[in-house]
Amino acid sequence: MMDLDERNVSGCGLSSMMNKKRVKVDGQAITKSMRNLRERGNGLGAGFAAYGIYPDRKDYFALHLMYDSKDAKKNTEDYINDYFHISSKEPIPTRKTESIIDPPVFWRYFVLPQEKFLPTDGDSEEDFVIKKVMHINTGIEGAFVVSSGKDMGVFKGIGYPEDISEFFKIEEYKAHTWIGHSRFPTNTPGWWGGAHPFTILDWAVVHNGEISSYGINKRYLKMHGYNCTMQTDSEVVAYLFDLLIRRHRIPLEYVSDVLASPFWKNIDLEEEDQRQIRTALRMVYGSALVNGPFAVIIGHNGGLMGLSDRVKLRPMVAARDGDWLYISSEEAGIREISPSVQNVWHPRAGELVVGELEEN
Amino acid sequence: MNGTVLQPEFLVRIDEDRCDQCKRCLEYCGFGTFSFANDKILPNHSKCVACHRCVTFCPELAITVVENPLSFRNHANWTPRHIRDVFKQSETGGMLLTGMGNDLPYRILFDHLVLDACQVTNPSIDPLREPMELRTYLGRKPDVLEIKRNEQGTDLLKTNIEKNIKIELPIVFAPMSYGSISFNTMKAICMSAAKLNTLMYTGEGGLPRDLYPYGDHIILQCASGRFGVSPEYLNVGIGTQIKIGQGAKPGIGGHLPGEKIPENISQTRMIPVGTDALSPAPQHDIYSIEDLRMLIYALKEATGYKPVCVKIAAVHNVAAIASGIVRAGADLVYLDGFRGGTGAAPNIVRDHVGIPIEVAIAVVDERLREEGIRNKASIVAAGSIRCAADVCKAIALGADACAIGTAALIALGCHVCQKCYTGNCSWGIATQKPELVGRLDPEWGAERICNLLEAWATEIKEVLGALGINAVESLRGNKERLRGIGLDRTILEVLGVKPAGIGMGDYYENRG
Repeated sequence: MMDLDERNVSGCGLSSMMNKKRVKVDGQAITKSMRNLRERGNGLGAGFAAYGIYPDRKDYFALHLMYDSKDAKKNTEDYINDYFHISSKEPIPTRKTESIIDPPVFWRYFVLPQEKFLPTDGDSEEDFVIKKVMHINTGIEGAFVVSSGKDMGVFKGIGYPEDISEFFKIEEYKAHTWIGHSRFPTNTPGWWGGAHPFTILDWAVVHNGEISSYGINKRYLKMHGYNCTMQTDSEVVAYLFDLLIRRHRIPLEYVSDVLASPFWKNIDLEEEDQRQIRTALRMVYGSALVNGPFAVIIGHNGGLMGLSDRVKLRPMVAARDGDWLYISSEEAGIREISPSVQNVWHPRAGELVVGELEEN
Repeated sequence: MNGTVLQPEFLVRIDEDRCDQCKRCLEYCGFGTFSFANDKILPNHSKCVACHRCVTFCPELAITVVENPLSFRNHANWTPRHIRDVFKQSETGGMLLTGMGNDLPYRILFDHLVLDACQVTNPSIDPLREPMELRTYLGRKPDVLEIKRNEQGTDLLKTNIEKNIKIELPIVFAPMSYGSISFNTMKAICMSAAKLNTLMYTGEGGLPRDLYPYGDHIILQCASGRFGVSPEYLNVGIGTQIKIGQGAKPGIGGHLPGEKIPENISQTRMIPVGTDALSPAPQHDIYSIEDLRMLIYALKEATGYKPVCVKIAAVHNVAAIASGIVRAGADLVYLDGFRGGTGAAPNIVRDHVGIPIEVAIAVVDERLREEGIRNKASIVAAGSIRCAADVCKAIALGADACAIGTAALIALGCHVCQKCYTGNCSWGIATQKPELVGRLDPEWGAERICNLLEAWATEIKEVLGALGINAVESLRGNKERLRGIGLDRTILEVLGVKPAGIGMGDYYENRG
């Protein structure tokens, strides 16, 4: 593996934007914002998540696949064919650039699970997709699912954000929600699959920090059927959001009570009903507490969220400008695309910043 | 020959220049080592057990206890221990008895595990300046929580959570039966549990009425002899414990000699004065897992559904057994490793039966996770927890809390002389002789135990801070923050721990 541990300081640049009225913009703005955060990356990983980019195929799960070899592609396509109807498939458009050397091959498939497999054991379509994604990532050599949600996609790889943007022709996509990440890898080697965002279904997570509780978060998720396979601590956040919100239906306003829980001394001071709820959340979901320095931005088909750890050991700034919500690792990332924004704030430790998209 | 060929294990040396013949040592020795004749203190060396009571209290520092330097001819196979044991048994024809935990030099896995710390990318947290949380809830947790908003717009917890026990540090006091330990020892532990907001277990000997006021911090044991068990007793505390086995003596029952059963013990245990209290090896109403289930639910019915803990000794098949126990309805599984203490056990069982607690924690935790039932019970680990580092490592391996027995007794003065079964404890701990029991002031004892655990809690917080986490639940089962040193591949796999030198991203389970 690459020897990265000794020379790196922590960093990672995050930026995101969401228009609650679902007004779409192309990928130039988020690229510009990320370019401004260059000091937070080292060229060993960058990526973008875009929501609302496949409006005419929005009912299909969009599987973005990354292949190291022809065999990987063939084996994966056989597997997908066995379990899904493929409505359409195509190579993900890329352009040759000077800075990207020897990239893997990218394809996307618009699919639905075959009816005969549903419902299995009370599984939903989403649970079915998760299992198949986990299988490809762990069981098929040289293949990797970059994203698997509906009407969204992730584009990521090794390079600086502007290189990745150029490589994937990000300027050609139009999205109402954009997330960008620039990576400064410390704990794990730089490989294309290891760049952020990390995804499952439509959840996409970018992360700055290091999850010191990773070991137990991973084991807790495994108990619930999620296999952590991406050589990084960050992916647990995506799975935890999926588990808590989609599967366990924990109301959004309580998610931070699990992931970045308030201290007992504060919980003990709450009124009876709230104290009961928060105490129970910590008792039951203690293994899902994400401990250690982090700032994360999470996208999904319902909107955008930001969260930092319970003592805020990583920076996070948010801003609202009309229908736009911005969350970034620093104000400069926001000012670059919204220079005159007034409503800028620094979310408190453990405060979940929530942007919700209005219904169509 | 005086009927023995055994030489004393220890020699008691009296510095005659220092000794002013106050004769305190005569009084202090519970084993009758000293006599006085011809203006001299005369030690009977073969009675000395090296408990150091006389040494500690000699005002002139005139007494020294040394190991008898008597040399046997070197023999790697026939060690002095083996030779002495043959001498003893050829003289008595009996099974050798002992007290405290296994003293053979088995490899101690805790001492081959090291903890992680933050550097650069994940800042450590300073426990002197920031909160560090050790609070732990022991008991059954639901799979999912349901929160519902009512018509007034108030959010309410819809899920009914079964009773849990809240402790403010992840250390509890192990069951030590009334009879094996003295009233004052038990009271000191009760007082400590109350002051530290943690809990103690009664052993199989019941609970003296005078200690009922501490019930909010006590789990009552129901063991195979049913000593002291009554509906009132079961309801005094915050939960009950079914004792199946003990780490120091898996597979066998308890044995409290009649010498340790005076009036007060007889009343609490509900047996006649001076009779041997022999608890059966198995619980005679539990011959299968379904029988255990019936007793678990009988206790729940009897106590208004307070948590039920099942205590087992760590043995080969511990993971499968623990899984059965959880499925049978237990809210806590208490694992007792083979180095765990005892008041009395046959040497052969104490030293040669069972498996280490480190292994038991790891395999039980892993099994319960594989089966998706880890949340249904808490794991309490015991069996020679010697220091805060052992606690941290046990929790990282998957325990919710650790129980200490011997460590608490050492805080009370115990010198681990291993003679608890004789009832002569000079420190007033493992004895029922009133003149010895009276030596231990419960207030003094409680203060020392509280000091010990407050020190350990501070140390655990220091470790959490170094790990960059500020709540104990982020350490629990977090094997990623442990590494093994000098352990072979197989035992590392059993523990689920990587060897030192392997970083976090170096190899993951599913991708090379």
